[in-house]
Amino acid sequence: MNNNQQKTSSRNGTDESDLILGTSLWEDAWKRLRKNNMALASGVILLCLAVLCLLGPVLLGVFLGYDAHTQNLIYGPQPPSIQHPFGTDFYGRDLLTRVLIGAQVSLSVGFLAAMVAAFIGTIYGAVSSYSGGLVDSLMMRIVDILYALPYMFLVIILVTILGKSLLLLFLALGAVGWLLTARVVRGQVMSLKEQDFVLAARSLGTTSRSIIFRHLIPNTLGPVIVTFTLTVPSMILQEAFLSFLGLGVQPPQPSLGSLINDGANQMLVFWWTLVFPGSIMAIMLFALNFLGDGIRDALDPRMKT
Amino acid sequence: MIRILLQRLLELIPTALVIVAASFALVRLAPGSPFSSEREIPPEVRQKLEAKYGFDKPLPEQFIRYLGNLLRGDLGLSTKYPQRTVNEIIANGFPVTLSLAAIALLWSLLVGITAGIIGAIRQNTVWDHVAMTAALVGISVPSFVLGPLLVLTVSLRLHLLPPAGWGDWQHVVLPGLTLGTIYAASIARLTRGGMLEVVRSDFIRTARAKGLSESLIVWRHMLRGGLLPVVSYLGPAVASMLTGSVVVEKIFNVPGIGPYFVDAAFNRDYFLVMGIVLLYAFFLLLMNLVVDVVYGFLDPRVDVS
Repeated sequence: MNNNQQKTSSRNGTDESDLILGTSLWEDAWKRLRKNNMALASGVILLCLAVLCLLGPVLLGVFLGYDAHTQNLIYGPQPPSIQHPFGTDFYGRDLLTRVLIGAQVSLSVGFLAAMVAAFIGTIYGAVSSYSGGLVDSLMMRIVDILYALPYMFLVIILVTILGKSLLLLFLALGAVGWLLTARVVRGQVMSLKEQDFVLAARSLGTTSRSIIFRHLIPNTLGPVIVTFTLTVPSMILQEAFLSFLGLGVQPPQPSLGSLINDGANQMLVFWWTLVFPGSIMAIMLFALNFLGDGIRDALDPRMKT
Repeated sequence: MIRILLQRLLELIPTALVIVAASFALVRLAPGSPFSSEREIPPEVRQKLEAKYGFDKPLPEQFIRYLGNLLRGDLGLSTKYPQRTVNEIIANGFPVTLSLAAIALLWSLLVGITAGIIGAIRQNTVWDHVAMTAALVGISVPSFVLGPLLVLTVSLRLHLLPPAGWGDWQHVVLPGLTLGTIYAASIARLTRGGMLEVVRSDFIRTARAKGLSESLIVWRHMLRGGLLPVVSYLGPAVASMLTGSVVVEKIFNVPGIGPYFVDAAFNRDYFLVMGIVLLYAFFLLLMNLVVDVVYGFLDPRVDVS
């Protein structure tokens, strides 16, 4: 059945037809991405950051006995030093440990929320477009209406309904963030569904469900990935936005948003409590945006600006 | 033109109705009630309170009543601030939020379009790279990092501008800058992309062949193409500026509507939450309408109706 989509083959199929094709979309994209030094550097920075976030707190805990929660009020806030490269916070906790754990929370919430958004959006957009007619207009009308609702306010209401737990936070973000993906996928499927391989599949008696999931959605993967990579930084931003307002991750669990909030409240005296979490946040978003731009240019050179 | 506008306004009515119903359902079906505070309220008092706000009636009846009041422009009473109507709270806070967003919008358009033009007409030069890297940095520094940093440097160290408050022009500068920068960066990228899209098109070549001066080509013809993506971005941008001002209002202690919303969502202040959500939603609908019409002016090929 994969023969039907040779031309636009976008899945890493295991059958031989893909091998004969020469360069697939993915190899082509990878070649382009490899030439983009800034995007590659961003990828490396992100990878390092991710490894640091995972291993850093563990190593700091094992070798120096730091942990993110134990308070030491007598020690109090200390400026950056060799023992504490980022200094310590108001309660005498090592700031580096807390920033790393916060970044870990941000990255995972960002990725999970973007995944939830991509999942809902892809299925919604594909089903809407494939159904066509009245169903399509109705489903897209709903998207239009949701677009008109103030996004952040919706998330805030959802957070107050669902409760302030980390697990529900990314569900709430993802539940509201799928609109763009839905529109992108719908646009793609609109043209895909008229192509011969869909007609062929249908004439073989393939069910609509199977056409949508096996033939249409795999072919929209490129744009979906592009949208996904640009959704991740915006989800991270929103998680931090909520945590900054005290609606996201709850203390004593650190998050970059709440660390920045703490830092902002005491920046005049303890500048490091603002500067370090803020810089890590900025570096992370910068790298994600740069990598996202690179992936977009690589997967879809026409979109390059 | 006026007929088209009226027709579009009429089309908004069903959408608006659905938005009212959806937000009513979302707010009212949430667990909890406005009177479930830490202190136990005696049942008789509670009954009286519920009767006062009409919460003792069945939900459909409450919805009809709310719609009726809405048509008369009455948004109901706040349960958190029993002495004030929702209309009063909005009338006090919304103009502040709106003017903050207006300043941010002006700033972002001014800086964004200028940077975009420089990037486009000096494509692939140092100017271009500097402008676009600056834009990417701008996108990556969130308002809740930029705001406190500006307060720390400009207000507390250099004593140039007041760190917080609201009243005269000096209070507007930093919040406006904080709120607008991220959009300035996006607008710069969009302007540059839009202009580069048309730079090789036939009508530009025709203009050159006619012997038009280079500045006339840039200002009259290229900029028009460059502004198209910016105009369609303005709808969502203004939307997220208005909601994003929640954080900026918190940082700079600006008496806008933002803090009320977060509070209201937590206290299940039904009418206040609904009032603010609807206000924003209708504002957005109107904004999108304006954007569509302006788009039609800029690009005569687009059919506004």
